Amino acid sequence: MNVQTPVEQLKPADYASDQEVRWCPGCGDYAIVKSVQRTMADLKLAPENVVFISGIGCAARFPYYMATYGFHTIHGRAPAIATGTKLANPDLDIWVVMGDGDCLSIGGNHTLHAIRRNVDIQMLLFNNEIYGLTKGQYSPTSRLGTRSPSTPQGSIDAPVNATVFALGAGARFVARSVDTNQKHLPGILKRAHAHRGASFVEIIQNCIVYNDGAFSGWTDKAAAADSQILVEHGQKLVFGKDGDRGLRLDRDSLSLEVVTVGENGVTEDDILVHDETNRVLANLLGAMEHPEFPVAIGVLYCNPAETYDAAVHRQIAETLEKTPPTDLNAMLRSGRTWTVAPG
Amino acid sequence: MATKLAESRPDGELQRKSVDAVVIRFAGDSGDGMQLTGTQFTQSTALMGNDLATFPDFPAEIRAPVGTTYGVSAFQINFASYDIMTPGDAPDVLVAMNPAALKVHLRDVPKGGTIVLNTDAFTDRNIAKAGFGANPLEDGTLDNYVTIEIDIQKMTLAAVAGLGVTNKEALRCKNMWALGLMCWMYDRDRQPTVDWIEQRFGKRAPEIAKANIAALNAGHAYGETAELPSGIPAYIVPKADVQPGVYRAVTGTEAVAWGLVTGARKAGLKLFFGSYPITPASSLLHTLSNLKQYGVTTFQAEDEIAAVCSAIGASFAGSIGVTSSSGPGVALKTEGITLAFAAELPLVIVNSQRGGPSTGLPTKTEQSDLYQAVYGRNADSPLPVIASCTAGDCFFAAIEAVRIAVTYMTPVILLTDGYLANAAEPWEIPDIDEVPDFKVDFATAGEGFHPFLRDGKTLARNWAVPGTPGLMHRIGGIEKSYDTGHISYDPDNHHRMTKVRAAKVDGIADDIPLQEVASGPKSGRLAVVGWGSTFGAINQAVERSLAAGLDVAHIHIRHVWPLPRNLGELLAGYEKILVPEMNNGQLITVLRDRFLVPAEGLNQISGLPFKVSDLEAAIRERLES
Repeated sequence: MNVQTPVEQLKPADYASDQEVRWCPGCGDYAIVKSVQRTMADLKLAPENVVFISGIGCAARFPYYMATYGFHTIHGRAPAIATGTKLANPDLDIWVVMGDGDCLSIGGNHTLHAIRRNVDIQMLLFNNEIYGLTKGQYSPTSRLGTRSPSTPQGSIDAPVNATVFALGAGARFVARSVDTNQKHLPGILKRAHAHRGASFVEIIQNCIVYNDGAFSGWTDKAAAADSQILVEHGQKLVFGKDGDRGLRLDRDSLSLEVVTVGENGVTEDDILVHDETNRVLANLLGAMEHPEFPVAIGVLYCNPAETYDAAVHRQIAETLEKTPPTDLNAMLRSGRTWTVAPG
Repeated sequence: MATKLAESRPDGELQRKSVDAVVIRFAGDSGDGMQLTGTQFTQSTALMGNDLATFPDFPAEIRAPVGTTYGVSAFQINFASYDIMTPGDAPDVLVAMNPAALKVHLRDVPKGGTIVLNTDAFTDRNIAKAGFGANPLEDGTLDNYVTIEIDIQKMTLAAVAGLGVTNKEALRCKNMWALGLMCWMYDRDRQPTVDWIEQRFGKRAPEIAKANIAALNAGHAYGETAELPSGIPAYIVPKADVQPGVYRAVTGTEAVAWGLVTGARKAGLKLFFGSYPITPASSLLHTLSNLKQYGVTTFQAEDEIAAVCSAIGASFAGSIGVTSSSGPGVALKTEGITLAFAAELPLVIVNSQRGGPSTGLPTKTEQSDLYQAVYGRNADSPLPVIASCTAGDCFFAAIEAVRIAVTYMTPVILLTDGYLANAAEPWEIPDIDEVPDFKVDFATAGEGFHPFLRDGKTLARNWAVPGTPGLMHRIGGIEKSYDTGHISYDPDNHHRMTKVRAAKVDGIADDIPLQEVASGPKSGRLAVVGWGSTFGAINQAVERSLAAGLDVAHIHIRHVWPLPRNLGELLAGYEKILVPEMNNGQLITVLRDRFLVPAEGLNQISGLPFKVSDLEAAIRERLES
């Protein structure tokens, strides 16, 4: 896209590249790319400053469909590559796109370290709980017992919870949304973009070919109200068609329980209020799984601190102030030298 | 058998014996500070105007159990009044701080050599621990050597008494006492060491600084007052006759660091260095971390893979990305390297080779990653490979690596090794202004841009960096169309792209110097062909053989891939080709493959550099057969 349209006039479609999208028809990724393009237009981002970096997998094709800069790299390494790109040019607006295998299996180490360093990038995990591009093997987020070509008798290893993993790694921004929830997802992406530091967003995504309906029990419209809880800072943690169900802290076991206001003596005062700066609460919310609990969507945790890239460049600036650079000839001649005189 | 070598004149004035070259080896426990002692002696020697070469040799264990043979750390220095190129085959003087050091290093000291012994450490327990059956000071083991037996520990304790240091701290000064004695023996100035001690401890721990200086001076005074009945031999090594100029001592690691900084400057780019600690490459990360004011960003990654990937990400953003490691770490980086190759991004990979495979001999030197550098990747992924041959050459080799990387938009492998990384040599400091610029021109908005548009001459793709308006594009590891840069699975296109990438790398051969002969005739009976850190040993061996009238030449290959255009023709001019390598035969395979020459290998895989005498013997043998 070499057209120089003023940023103010860019529409979502202007952030789409001219490349034909090659995801399966009905893939949740279509909805996500649409949300992202809409977010870019809403935020009026200059396409030349935006970089999408991905690893390998279905999700990793994402950069090809954006009319921004993009780098489709190798499996699991996108956070490491993005770290180098951000350190080299902190002005760039970097989005990392990963699938669940990419982010939490082969690339788990890089995810951990990009998060704990707090590199100022958006890290989007498209979690479909399956390997798509390699044709349907179970993934590190697949539920126990998942039957797949590599686990014909059902998977036997416990899945990792992405948001709890991110919080454990020291994340300072953790959110969750759903691919098809076009009302919710752009708002979450904007929050992630506004956050300075590593913003980890788990996007629940349906793989229509290998794991269709894996989340429909709580993402379908009919089920959503009673099986999702929309968390918002400062708001009561309530859900349900009638808004009368909520989360209460069981002080004996330090765990959450689902209660109904007006039943068993539960009053509105018993319901927890969401505090997105509370890491303990974020862990409890992130760990809630369907069907025992409603699945929490929204910003689970947001508590900014100095970013890694800012700290790196602060140290460089401090060095420059303390020991101004000489020319390179002087650099080579610093320290002990001696002169051999002619003849 | 302590022998008197330095005669005192009747008036008491010391007569120093003038010698042209000396090899000293300091050996002790890894906690005894032998590397430090050697480094300080090196500094003084460099400032005295001698030519020199050093060889630090230390165990992988940081503090192995005290008194054991596997915990022995050594530092050898060869200094002379003439041009020398190696740390020396055998020590003239061995300073052994304990029985284990004597046990390990005695076999290298020629008969008649001098051994300075710290007798305090020769307790029954230490003697047994070192594996001696009886006390070597008493059982005749040392009959054929000149021994100087001194209670260095007692002397040190006496020298630092009253300076307010603990007994433990006092004992740690004994290396300075030994250094003081050696400074006296070889007439070295102690002031550089005094300055260094004050800089290091002066503010933080002034009493430790005082104690170290007191020990240094006491060792020196001991020599001067010749408290031994037979006196201590004293020498003088005249200045070497070297090219006029400004010099400094340099290790290969420092030279690589400065070369990378200079290369980035010449390219007009910032330097990004992503690395993960590994012996013996870590010191490059340390050195560059202290050069932030020169446009350097360093990043200690979570692993080798993240290290190379961060460098690739930085190159994508318009810096020159550099990563470094040793063989096992480079193996981990391989997938990342092929991504940079496929995406055609500049990248420099510095491999400080060490003994392998696997963990191998982490602190010992070897040249066994040539196959890895030249061939060690999946798919058709040829890369330029440069091997630096001396510590000083590391500077220019690093600049060359950056130049080729940015000119050809390709990863470049720069090979050094454990020996080059740690060894020091005097270096005539170059004038940076004489190094030509190779400024990078990033792509700017224009009609018909696509990321894989190529320069007609170099075949390098154009480099458009994120942040540039109008040039938004996507790159990646998937094959792309030659004509548009978009994803392409077209069979003919893949064939074409593979050929273009190979032709680009092959074309670098037209942009590097033709192969020269380092010493000897341009054709003849025997060519000794080397690469990397064996330069000094091979060159000295060939020079000596030439002086003895033998028909032999030395050819040293710096551009390992692509090879210089004239190399095949040059090699064809010799009847025999001998390829000494510190591996089981790797360059030799490449040479036979490329040129079908009847080369013969001379392989030493001991973790130690070649000895000049061994190479001389090999040359003589080939010419006599």
